[in-house]
Amino acid sequence: MSVLTIERKVLEKNDEIASRNRELFRRNKMFVVNLVSSPGSGKTSVLEKTLERLRDQVRVAVVEGDVQTDFDAQRVAKFNVPVVQIVTNGGCHLEAKLVEDAVAKMDLSGVQVLVIENVGNLVCPANYDLGEAMKIVVASTTEGDDKPLKYPAMFRNASVLIINKIDLLPFANSNLDLLRRNALQINPHLKIFETSCVTGEGIAEWCAWLKREAGSGK
Amino acid sequence: MHELSIARSVLDMVKQNVAEKDLPKVRSITMRIGELAGVMPDSLEFCYQALTSDTPLSQSSLCIERVPFQIECQQCHQLSLNERGFAFCPLCGSSNTTLLSGDELHVAAIELNETAETVHERVDD
Repeated sequence: MSVLTIERKVLEKNDEIASRNRELFRRNKMFVVNLVSSPGSGKTSVLEKTLERLRDQVRVAVVEGDVQTDFDAQRVAKFNVPVVQIVTNGGCHLEAKLVEDAVAKMDLSGVQVLVIENVGNLVCPANYDLGEAMKIVVASTTEGDDKPLKYPAMFRNASVLIINKIDLLPFANSNLDLLRRNALQINPHLKIFETSCVTGEGIAEWCAWLKREAGSGK
Repeated sequence: MHELSIARSVLDMVKQNVAEKDLPKVRSITMRIGELAGVMPDSLEFCYQALTSDTPLSQSSLCIERVPFQIECQQCHQLSLNERGFAFCPLCGSSNTTLLSGDELHVAAIELNETAETVHERVDD
């Protein structure tokens, strides 16, 4: 019998392409975020509110990822920003190669912020580096306050948590303090925003932060 | 269900490291998967078998070693294990901890049934 020692990361190919993407983003001075969450937490709604508020101040481009349809790209296109839809046809996450191909179709000149909206899924996208500066996880109050404990890898890998649908707190069997505490237990460094896309609460704070990050040349 | 795409990546890695004519000699692929890597071993094995049946690798299988989630406290310098992925030191409560293991997704080694001539970096035992 013989043994071949390999000792390599399974996703090294993805990581290589992600590094290539990161280099491209750096050269273009773009702040790139990978927006992740379970389906229906309101990623696209948060994005719409963000574009509504920032489109005259920051040049934003969007890559949308969904299993099927270009509904989200249509929603985003209304704000007159460059957008490419990736349809994964069953794939449960975006990979660096898909983002590389999508970005190649875009005019990146002047783009300061690129938002990559991942497929709604709190498991698989945690493993795949796309070349982003950071992952931003959205968790809505209606999903329950135990989400971070159930899906620790995603909350661990994210830098920012947006707690969305806070207008629904009176109707949701969810404790905001506990949600926050659970998230910080998994990742003490998380920056947390609380938003409602219905009342607009918290959107200004989140957008101010995003604008600042985009301008800081990261 | 990203186990299928992970199984494909494993397969690519095997083909990069073992010459085509030696593929039937591959017995097992040892993988190290962290508890917090978000990968289900059973599902990964199923996908691997599905991808390799009726191929030269049909006799091979995955051998998966789970790696526990372990953190080191920078405050009290103790190591601790926990299954749930908490970042806090359970001994002193500090959040100043570093991850030692638990998020890996690695191919460690490929075992072949008999000595294969064309493979490189071979270690005989």
